Amino acid sequence: MLLQQVVFYFFAISLIFSASMVIFSRNPVTSALFLVYSFFNSAILWMMLNAEFLSLVLIFVYVGAVMTLFLFVVMMLNIDTETLRKGFIKHAVLAVGVVIVVLVLMMMAIWTGNLAGLPDIQAPANYSNTHALGNELYTHYVYAFELSAMLLLVAIISAISLSHHKPKRKTQNISSQVDAKPKDRVHLINMSSEKKV
Amino acid sequence: MMNKLKHFFKKFLLWEILVGLKLTGRYMFKRKVTILFPEEKTPLSPRFRGLHALRRYPNGEERCIACKLCEAVCPALAITIDAEPREDGSRRTTRYEIDLFKCIFCGFCEESCPVDSIVETHLSHYHFENRGENIMTKPVLLAIGDKYESEIAKARETDAPFR
Amino acid sequence: MWNDLLTLIWIIIKIVLVIVPLLVAVAYLTYAERRVIGFIQGRFGPNRVGIWGLGQPIADAVKLFLKEPIYPARSSLLLFLLAPILSMAPALVVWAVIPFAEGWVVANINAGLLYILAMTSLGVYGILIAGWASNSKYAFFGAMRSAAQVVSYEIAMGFALIAVLMTAGSTNLQDIVLHQQGGVLHWYWLPLFPVFVVYWISGMAETNRLPFDMAEGESEIVAGFHVEYSSMGFAMFFLAEYANMILISALAALFFFGGWLSPFEGIPLLGSLFGWVPGVVWFLAKVFFFLLLFIWIRGTLPRYRYDQIMQLGWKILIPVTIVWIILIGLAIEFRMPPWFV
Repeated sequence: MLLQQVVFYFFAISLIFSASMVIFSRNPVTSALFLVYSFFNSAILWMMLNAEFLSLVLIFVYVGAVMTLFLFVVMMLNIDTETLRKGFIKHAVLAVGVVIVVLVLMMMAIWTGNLAGLPDIQAPANYSNTHALGNELYTHYVYAFELSAMLLLVAIISAISLSHHKPKRKTQNISSQVDAKPKDRVHLINMSSEKKV
Repeated sequence: MMNKLKHFFKKFLLWEILVGLKLTGRYMFKRKVTILFPEEKTPLSPRFRGLHALRRYPNGEERCIACKLCEAVCPALAITIDAEPREDGSRRTTRYEIDLFKCIFCGFCEESCPVDSIVETHLSHYHFENRGENIMTKPVLLAIGDKYESEIAKARETDAPFR
Repeated sequence: MWNDLLTLIWIIIKIVLVIVPLLVAVAYLTYAERRVIGFIQGRFGPNRVGIWGLGQPIADAVKLFLKEPIYPARSSLLLFLLAPILSMAPALVVWAVIPFAEGWVVANINAGLLYILAMTSLGVYGILIAGWASNSKYAFFGAMRSAAQVVSYEIAMGFALIAVLMTAGSTNLQDIVLHQQGGVLHWYWLPLFPVFVVYWISGMAETNRLPFDMAEGESEIVAGFHVEYSSMGFAMFFLAEYANMILISALAALFFFGGWLSPFEGIPLLGSLFGWVPGVVWFLAKVFFFLLLFIWIRGTLPRYRYDQIMQLGWKILIPVTIVWIILIGLAIEFRMPPWFV
């Protein structure tokens, strides 16, 4: 039990550290990398709660795909940090207010939700997180699940159609290139002046 | 229609790639053309133009008569010759130097030589360890000629019918 | 307390037993690659150091160890040093869940397949950070290219593996292999053939191997993300690439070719004749075959153009796998023998 606590506190502290470094670091790329690290830490905390499916999906989806693309974009941008820093004092009042509201809400949720009183669930040995999640998603929550999937699909399609104008782009039609045969490209003709062998 | 269908399946079954793999697979077991250098060597032509040498007559007299034709013909100006009469009155070189850094191994010196004195041997594996060693002096050239005289003579003999 | 310590020691021994042969295999894979490509091109390849050149990888390692590490000016040094480690670590960590034979596995976890997907998706960070931290245009280009490429092909690969886990009904790697029991025709390569091809192609793209080595592209961007690396940093990138190759081959063997199962299973005479061969031998033989295929393909195909890579990944591989997943769903629903009962 002691070992588990040590591991928990280690990764919890490192999660808080990396999360705050996301905000405090001056370089946007290092910020993004600290965000990756904090995802990683929270995945480990989830793993300790026996939520292996969620923690692995967090790594797979967020660290593996989303953050890679994010980093990709951040590296390409040339962010002028000076202008971003300009209105710090002016916006600080609002920011502190928002932070206090969020903090209060979270505290209220923790206190009134009585999270500390939840029983320590011991899963049976052959309990599979993946199976349980699948069962829930495709029975109890099937409509919500399918609806959100539909929503995402619509979002993808609209994003593509917004960014993808019918333009004067010069692109190759690769399948037509692959389909081309010698006789489509070369015409062999007999010339009258040619000597017959 | 049939043709299109055939093409479609060919594309999705990666047919062309399999054909390519077959070709490279065959080459994997073909006889290798590499020559393992220090043990094996490529055949050398008798006309090979390597390191220079100065030859002597069988009686030990050096051939060079300091006519300076090689110096004149050398396109890279690599040859320097000084000449003076020897004690016995014959015309001989006092200095015969080839700068190997300048030399382009064209073989004109050998062709211009009326007495077959300066030749280019089959030697191509040589090196210098100090500055100045690139300039081959007369004693060095003569020593090379003495050492490899038999090979030099043999190469000239095999090539003679074609000259 | 003592028991815990013993378990810990046993686990460490198991890890060492996996990692050390893996690193040796990586070293000799570089040798095998140079030899086989040499053979394909009518050469001998390295054959000077030791008998048949078998000492070559060791000589290379010594050379790389003794070289001076060079740090480019105005690079962010910490990330620059971190990048090789970040590309190496995921390549090794995945081996924790690979079963070499029944029960021969460091950690037999239920979500093995998910774990593999999660860990392999981390490998791209090494490349990205290396490209960015080097403060070099070519390295940056390489990183950009490989990031986009790896993320695109991860989707196709993930879909391919979803087909596998649907067929097996489990994400545990041992269960997946055991579900394929019953001879060559019961292995998943037959019902999942298109998926296997997609897996293999995207596996090559994930490891940045030819014909998908846009990240390196010697002839276009010199060496891509690791131009600025020298000495052991460079060696680490190479180790990671080859460890990933072995991993992709091992996964192909596990998912589609019955892992440690004997290919003669169920054949009357041969089955009993080869019954004594331990499973790990079959497994390693299959992995070896796929590694050879990797090298063979590298020796055959030229590099893809970048837009064609993207086109292949998004417009061909992903639709193909999605169609096949639907077909598999139908096959499972109607219990098509012999694979989906």
